Amino acid sequence: MSFEKINILQSPVVATSVENIDTDQIIPARFLKATTREGFGDAMFRDWRFNSDGSPVRDSVFATAPAGAKILVAGRNFGCGSSREHAAWALADYGFRAVVSSFFADIFKNNALNNGLLPVQVSEDFLQTILRLRKENSALELKIDLPEKYIEIVGSGFEEAGRREYFPIGEYKRHCLENGLSDIDYLITTRGIIENFEISNNK
Amino acid sequence: MATGKTLFDKIWDAHIVQQLESGPTQLYIDRHYIHEVTSPQAFEGLRAKGIKVFRPGRTFATCDHNVPTLNQDRPIEDASCRVPIEVLAENCRENGIKYFPLRDPSNGIVHVIGPEQGLTLPGMCIVCGDSHTATHGAFGSVAFGIGTSEVEMVLATQTLLQNKPKQMRITINGRLGKCVTPKDVILYIISKVGTGGGTGYFVEYAGDVFENMSMEGRMTVCNMSIEMGARGGFVAPDKTTFGYIKGRRFAPAGAEFDKAVEQWSMLYSDADAVFDKEYTFDGADIQPMITYGTDPGRGIAIDGIIPECDESGMKGLAYMGFAPGEKMLGKKVDYIFVGSCTNGRIEDFRAFADFVKGKKAAPGITVWLVPGSVEVENKIKEEGIETVLNEAGFVLRQPGCSACLAMNDDKVPAGAYALSTSNRNFEGRQGPGARTMLCSPVVAAAAAVAGVIADPRSVA
Repeated sequence: MSFEKINILQSPVVATSVENIDTDQIIPARFLKATTREGFGDAMFRDWRFNSDGSPVRDSVFATAPAGAKILVAGRNFGCGSSREHAAWALADYGFRAVVSSFFADIFKNNALNNGLLPVQVSEDFLQTILRLRKENSALELKIDLPEKYIEIVGSGFEEAGRREYFPIGEYKRHCLENGLSDIDYLITTRGIIENFEISNNK
Repeated sequence: MATGKTLFDKIWDAHIVQQLESGPTQLYIDRHYIHEVTSPQAFEGLRAKGIKVFRPGRTFATCDHNVPTLNQDRPIEDASCRVPIEVLAENCRENGIKYFPLRDPSNGIVHVIGPEQGLTLPGMCIVCGDSHTATHGAFGSVAFGIGTSEVEMVLATQTLLQNKPKQMRITINGRLGKCVTPKDVILYIISKVGTGGGTGYFVEYAGDVFENMSMEGRMTVCNMSIEMGARGGFVAPDKTTFGYIKGRRFAPAGAEFDKAVEQWSMLYSDADAVFDKEYTFDGADIQPMITYGTDPGRGIAIDGIIPECDESGMKGLAYMGFAPGEKMLGKKVDYIFVGSCTNGRIEDFRAFADFVKGKKAAPGITVWLVPGSVEVENKIKEEGIETVLNEAGFVLRQPGCSACLAMNDDKVPAGAYALSTSNRNFEGRQGPGARTMLCSPVVAAAAAVAGVIADPRSVA
């Protein structure tokens, strides 16, 4: 699946200090019925954003976020639990291009990368700084530079503005994100190599 | 100095199609399981790209997440459940993939039927669009959950690009106490390692506790590896493994089986193999377990006290309506669910039935007993277990994922307390607002007759 390329991203943020956010929170199972990839944004964090009677939760981190926020910041071990890729689709469909946390669950990380949603892993200290600043002032912005592999605190009036941290991302995945490519675009070109492997390994 | 190889290294190395210089490994997949929730978009993707399924014979399909657990011989009324199943059937037909439809003797939860049908074998690399694929590690295979984009990649090329995980070994020796089951062992491990403690790792379970465990028990343990963040977990194959596989529908037979056993017998970690992380626990320390919070790491001994928690833990306790310092014993139970890919196998129903035999179901609790497969359902009937259950006042349902994630009608209402043998106690997992406590089938049985959370060791 192709997606919008990522290069440099700067935006206000939606932030939650909650840790171990599982993919059942990101998209509850009752919304996994569709057989296409589109439209899951409406159900993203549904039970955080809406009461059981369908009315919005007015003080949810999403309702109170500045317009145009493309970066979600969350506590450690984000995306644990179910492998449902619908979680990545929902976040992307809602408008997020990056998620920042001190720790990502493995399957979620792969799913995000395969959908042009950048998981930015930062130190616990950097994460706590972002969460504190965001709590104090919703004007906080983050800049994510994928080619240079760093994330930076931005915003006038922030003493910490300019503080940056480098984040880990493999060369292969960086190349894919910058060019809007998924693994399948590469894998499909290797069928000959795969056939040779099958023959030499009695598969 | 050269060191020995781990079992994981041996299997991983045997599946490397090529190593990319820029990082990931292209890994060959022997077995691919699919179900109706995480596969439709993968087939849609293939159609959009004009790609055909590369090796249809390596993929097997079942419907499980959306299926009703009553009246399976009738058409499914709820279109939101019926349509994904119809789409799966059509995708399988169109692509020549073997599909086990509802009421087929081989139908059931994907992680229950794979081993039952002899499709899961030692040394294999196995994937499925489902995080509980780790279950298949019980056979000494490298098995892990993947997302739908990866399902599409496997359908298209029978390979995936993966970074090699780090390796952890968890060793438990010693004797397990009375009423301590494999479920208690894994809940205990997760309570020690934490829900993120296994992230980035594959886990080998070693020691005599696992060596003495049945295949059903090993599957229960490996199943929940993901609940500590580990992509997968496995046990080295042995005579118990080979005995389970022999004679199963798709397993090698005759001389081929003997030859396979010879190869499978080489699947162990060398004595001098080095792991990135090791944990050692004493089997005698493990008690019957129960969870009190909203992640599977929040588990304590059934007779324990809810501990003080961090901010995220307190949020979970508020959701559960519990507080630090409270006992779990005596707490209210509205629903009991026995089933799922964690505890929906024949041994689980034997254990539940053994406990309730000659006792009576407590009034006021809704009990859902859901076999993991048609084969389990049939065995329950053949072994007379259904009669025992009925005499005690319980009713058996039909197989599926059911209340584990409540995609069908088996939903726990908001605010109600569910004691569940499944794998996740996340907020809303068993229905919006539902409050889940995880436990073994034996702890579930004790509550089912006592009417509240009870210690199975002291229920008469």
